[in-house]
Amino acid sequence: MSFWEYANPVKFLKLSGTVLPYFSILAAITIIAGITWGFLFTPDDYKQGATVKILYVHVPSAFIAINAWFMMLVASIIWLIRRHHVSALAAKAAAPIGIAMTIIGLVTGALWGQPMWGTWWEWDPKLTSFLILFLFYLGYIVLWAAVEDPDTAADLTSILCVVGSVFAVLSRYATVFWNQGLHQDASLSVDKEEHVADVFYYPLIVVMAGFVLLFIALVLLNTRSEIMKRKAGAIIARGKI
Amino acid sequence: MITLILRDLRIAVRAGGGFGLSLAFFFIIVIFFPFAIGPNLELLSKVAPGVLWVGALLACLLSIERIFALDFEDGTLDLLVTSPLPLEGVVISKALVHWLTTGLPLIFLTPFLGVLLGLQNSSIFFLVISLIFGTPALSIIGTFGAALTAGMKRGGLLLSILVLPLFIPTLIFGAEAARRGIEGFETQTSMLLLLGVTLLSWAILPFAAASVLKINLR
Repeated sequence: MSFWEYANPVKFLKLSGTVLPYFSILAAITIIAGITWGFLFTPDDYKQGATVKILYVHVPSAFIAINAWFMMLVASIIWLIRRHHVSALAAKAAAPIGIAMTIIGLVTGALWGQPMWGTWWEWDPKLTSFLILFLFYLGYIVLWAAVEDPDTAADLTSILCVVGSVFAVLSRYATVFWNQGLHQDASLSVDKEEHVADVFYYPLIVVMAGFVLLFIALVLLNTRSEIMKRKAGAIIARGKI
Repeated sequence: MITLILRDLRIAVRAGGGFGLSLAFFFIIVIFFPFAIGPNLELLSKVAPGVLWVGALLACLLSIERIFALDFEDGTLDLLVTSPLPLEGVVISKALVHWLTTGLPLIFLTPFLGVLLGLQNSSIFFLVISLIFGTPALSIIGTFGAALTAGMKRGGLLLSILVLPLFIPTLIFGAEAARRGIEGFETQTSMLLLLGVTLLSWAILPFAAASVLKINLR
């Protein structure tokens, strides 16, 4: 009994079918609870007023946007090494979620930036690297769509994902070098002292957990539908319909 | 490998090889900027490094599609794969030829275009150095992109969406180095970083491009 057993699509479908409802319900509960807590039961910031509440959407979506790419990278490498189809399909499934989260992060950031910094957009390193991340997601998704043979597509996109990761990291540091920014430092980090006051911190953690659960649920859902699409394709190809 | 390089060079220079097309494109793009921005030399000299860098990037992009397309169509690529030369070697020679036929002529053209955009001689010097350091990276990244889309029917537009994001670090460091030089700041850091990006690309991308080519030729 090992983790790799679930590389078998049938077993994966069975397991993911069982856990998917729990993840979805948990995600819904934590997000609703966290957002309600954050929006209604925390005080306004003394400088930023009520706009500080965008934090509860902005930070988790940005967090997922970056980590979705990271998950795609891991899944791509697993596909390249062990050639488990589920892994390639999971990478494919994560990309649209990642790009959506990137867009949410950018849009909520713009909405927040307008009243606070007085501008919708600034060529700040963090903002710019998110825009670049968006371009990388775009290339990845477009390549999946362009190649017809699914195995070739999985191979090509996996290599693009690995190479893209190197260049995405390079771009990220290039933007830091290129322009010093307006954006504050990381709101949360493991190795540093707290950046956000406790009142905002606890609801934020709840929403973050909710977004992670939501991401897992969506990836499972997307992967399942990809597998089923594959199955349907195979049946049609065999002429059994 | 040398034979392959010489062969590709000969094909490129021969009529219909497309040599000079990207150069002409670069020229036209750059002289379009004064038309668009206005004939104010002071303003033009400020945006000149950026304009020339973006122009160089687009000119490279334009010629990338041809790197593998012709060889793929007539089957030369299959022969190259089965030849004793490792595929990584093929990729490196292709990228080198691309640089010799696009990047290098482009660098020679830059001083003249720099004069048209109102740059001083010392500024042109920094711009040329940054292009010398940066354009090889564009060639190898482009070769990787060409390998990704080799054999696709409508690869052109896809290629630009795939390749342009990978050009970002080169563009940022290259244009930054040129701008710092022109404004009289120290350029060593950005030049070294630019060179680092180029060397890193040449170190890892031949392997990536070769494996991608193998997949596409399956």
